Amino acid sequence: MTTSPKQRPGLSTTTGAAHARIWGVGGYRPERVVTNDEICETIDSTDQWIRERTGIITRRQAAPAETVVDMASAAAIEALTATGLTASQIDAVIVATVTHPYQTPGAAPMVADRIGATPAAAFDISAACAGYCHGIQLANDMVRCGSAHFVLVIGVEKLSDFSDRTDRGSAFIFGDGAGAAIVGPSGFPGIGPTVWGSDGSKSEMISQRDSWIEVRDHNAPWPAITMQGQSVFRWAVYSMAPIAQAALDRAGIKAEDLDAFIPHQANMRIIDALAKKLKLPEHIAVAHDIAETGNTSAASVPLATQRMLDSGEAPHGGLALQIAFGAGLVYAAQVIVLP
Amino acid sequence: MAQSEKEILDGLAEIVNEETGLDTASVELDKSFTDDLDIDSLSMMTIVVNAEEKFGVRIPDDEVKNLKTVRDAVTFITGAQS
Repeated sequence: MTTSPKQRPGLSTTTGAAHARIWGVGGYRPERVVTNDEICETIDSTDQWIRERTGIITRRQAAPAETVVDMASAAAIEALTATGLTASQIDAVIVATVTHPYQTPGAAPMVADRIGATPAAAFDISAACAGYCHGIQLANDMVRCGSAHFVLVIGVEKLSDFSDRTDRGSAFIFGDGAGAAIVGPSGFPGIGPTVWGSDGSKSEMISQRDSWIEVRDHNAPWPAITMQGQSVFRWAVYSMAPIAQAALDRAGIKAEDLDAFIPHQANMRIIDALAKKLKLPEHIAVAHDIAETGNTSAASVPLATQRMLDSGEAPHGGLALQIAFGAGLVYAAQVIVLP
Repeated sequence: MAQSEKEILDGLAEIVNEETGLDTASVELDKSFTDDLDIDSLSMMTIVVNAEEKFGVRIPDDEVKNLKTVRDAVTFITGAQS
């Protein structure tokens, strides 16, 4: 026997801004610089080989007591300063990371508390190196649907906690750092449609070595992150170039309209191969922050963006194509107007 | 359509030349990609992907490590085409 639902009052819903844009970015790079020579103390390699293979000259390492929350908060404060906003104006904090060393609580509520943004909504997202670009898309939707007016999106990693310095395949790649962006309402479209997706059939390509259960029950060693370098290279170049092109197409933008190309700083060889596959004209600045920052996973795109703006390589108000891809496998790309 | 071993070798030499600048004449059957031609694993992957396109074959990631010499690559491509 069914009963009819009683007369139900209508729900109120939110209306957001017509458009959203990135109001400002900020970055934090730990003080300690780690050279290739230092990396070569624990693997059989050379400075020259690392530079040729990856383009990395140095990377930063967080201090032992320096946490993901510390770095994320520092980057957030830089972004607030860049925008002139106050922490109390932030309605939501999204932290993209895979190296916050607690299953719970997440990093975002602690970052919100630290910077003075409580009681903002605050949650972490785990989308590996693509986390920041995922966060930008979420923030875009939140602002345009009215869930939030200003959203702080942070990509942060302390990969030094999860790297194996004796692994010849990955010891030289990773770095620590944090980058942040504040997304808010706009009178013009400042964030293009995101092309994003996943391929879980390739989840072993980039992965923490063992699960925590295996560490607990089978005495597995500390589970560092490892990569199948060649396979990652092939996927990043040949599967991601069409994704980057799709992001341009969906934004209604041609490659020659761009001022900057900001791919995840995975490896200089991947960056250069992607730029070549996209046939980017020579006048377009291509992010090469990896040379001095290493691969900082979720932090890499916002840190590269900050460097290009601060150095004048990319113009404020210019157009940039950002794309990031990583463990999962997952990826996200969008065209943005640079703050 | 299956190609002769010579056609495949010549095609592969062109691909290696485009990727590395090495003279096509140096791409000989008995040469090792890493030890003799000094091609690193990432350049090797670019060569593999270009070879897939040129020869209409599929070379899976886990097969690449078995292609140690130019001969290994030519033999694999010949087999994949037939």
